[in-house]
Amino acid sequence: MSPLNRFLHRPETLAGAIILGVLFAMALFASLLFPGDPQAIAGPALLPPFHDWSLPLGTDRLGRDVLAELFHGARTSLAVGLAAAAAALLIGAVVGTLAGFAGGVVDEVLMRITDAFQTVPSFLLALAFVSVVGPSLGVVVAAIALGAWTGPARVARAEVLSIRERDYVAGARVIGMHPLEIAFREVLPNALPPVLALSSVIVAAAILTEAALSFLGLGDPNRVTWGGMIAEGRTVLRTAPFLSIVPGIALVLTVLGVYLAGEGVVETAAVRRSLS
Amino acid sequence: MSLLSVSNLTKHYRRGGTTIAAVDGVSFTIEPGETLALAGPSGSGKSTIARLVLRLIEPDAGNIQFKGDDFLALNGAALRARRARLQMVFQDPLAAFNPRATVARVLDDPLRIHAIASRVERPARIAALLERVGLTADLAPRSIHEISGGQRQRVAIARAIATNPSLIVLDEAVSALDVSVRGQILELLLDLQARERIAYLFISHDLGVVRAIAHRVVLLDAGRIAESGDARAVIDVPQSAIGKALVAAAPTLNRTHLQDAS
Ligand SMILES: Nc1ncnc2c1ncn2[C@@H]1O[C@H](COP(=O)(O)OP(=O)(O)O)[C@@H](O)[C@H]1O
Ligand SMILES: [Mg+2]
Repeated sequence: MSPLNRFLHRPETLAGAIILGVLFAMALFASLLFPGDPQAIAGPALLPPFHDWSLPLGTDRLGRDVLAELFHGARTSLAVGLAAAAAALLIGAVVGTLAGFAGGVVDEVLMRITDAFQTVPSFLLALAFVSVVGPSLGVVVAAIALGAWTGPARVARAEVLSIRERDYVAGARVIGMHPLEIAFREVLPNALPPVLALSSVIVAAAILTEAALSFLGLGDPNRVTWGGMIAEGRTVLRTAPFLSIVPGIALVLTVLGVYLAGEGVVETAAVRRSLS
Repeated sequence: MSLLSVSNLTKHYRRGGTTIAAVDGVSFTIEPGETLALAGPSGSGKSTIARLVLRLIEPDAGNIQFKGDDFLALNGAALRARRARLQMVFQDPLAAFNPRATVARVLDDPLRIHAIASRVERPARIAALLERVGLTADLAPRSIHEISGGQRQRVAIARAIATNPSLIVLDEAVSALDVSVRGQILELLLDLQARERIAYLFISHDLGVVRAIAHRVVLLDAGRIAESGDARAVIDVPQSAIGKALVAAAPTLNRTHLQDAS
């Protein structure tokens, strides 16, 4: 069985892949299907869903098209989630590799810093960071990454500690390779699999954190976000609950999809490694 | 002047509450083009000496002179540059290479690091290196996993000679190989030595192999030198208890055959 077949064989992984596929399609085609500003007024306010087929999911308090907002929100969620997770994995892998490979004082200092970041709840950290620096997409990404890199750093360090004792690392030293090249070209790539296995959880958490920040009004104000939509809908929760429920469902499905597909990838990779 | 001169080398390891002397006041020299064997039972400190000589670990005491310089005083870029002249071949050729590496990359690294050949010249150099160790150039794109153990050890030797070293440390370099492959690798080593005057620090627990390849031998026991001298003299008439035990235990010590071969 090919890796792709094996990957799609499990129903839960297939479900995750489908959810993610739909999500990516939404993000990709958002400005094609809904050109123009999704925050512009498109019709009467508080139109309920399934009443007017030009506005299938109705409108919000200001008369904005909910479906258009949902599509554009998918874009923000995915972009922020993936960028923040990538940044967290990169920082974590680099810090963990340096600490594990250098050992001694460098290790000590880097791991104290990691401890410090880990003791502060990551959401508070993100909250404080965005409050101080100001909300924009880049800042939100940085804020989320700031709270998420410690896990990858610890995993990378543990892996590097075992790899650095191998003969091939000694061999690289014997041929005169620079320590940084040994750390990042010889050791880090071989330490990556367990670090990357964390990525589904980190992406899912990053998407949730982004939504929570937006919910609190700390998202990028120029972008539609699901968290922002939920917060908007909260003021009319009794009369128009769908305004919060629709983006809420989208959020839950997304996190579920990321997690299921991610686990599938990890397991496929594990099977392939054990087969080879 | 000797190529390598090691004096009073000492390395302790702390294990539990006790300290053990893995290497205890060991001294020896190696002349250019000569093979010195380090032999001894498992745990006698052979690998520790290899790692000390290669500056993979630091000694607690002692001196190492290599090519007239205080080798222990070198650090950083100067040490890395010096490493071109002092190479190593490991026992397990699979563990000695990055699992993701190809044959070409393994040989490219030393050529690049020591600026021995430009990027465009390197493929030809790699092909030449492969041929020098009895392999064909079409092996270059293959993964290290895809080739046989004997081929892998030849690649390890090709990597070691890529920088034109004066001394190669071989730590049990033929111990993991089949008998027939072992003979071929030993012949390759003798051939390289004859052509390029490379000296070997040849580590083995097998006196049959030592007798076939080494000029002189140092017998180690628990981190100390038990006996040393001309390889044939020591192995034919061992004086120390450990020497006698090693001779009795040597699986390939078939004297008539080896005398014919060498
Ligand atoms: N990193 C280490 N930590 C603790 N003890 C070690 C270490 N390396 C080697 N030793 C000990 O030093 C002694 C010599 O080991 P080694 O040089 O590997 O012997 P040989 O290669 O002759 O089998 C052994 O008792 C071994 O257990
Ligand atoms: Mg050993």
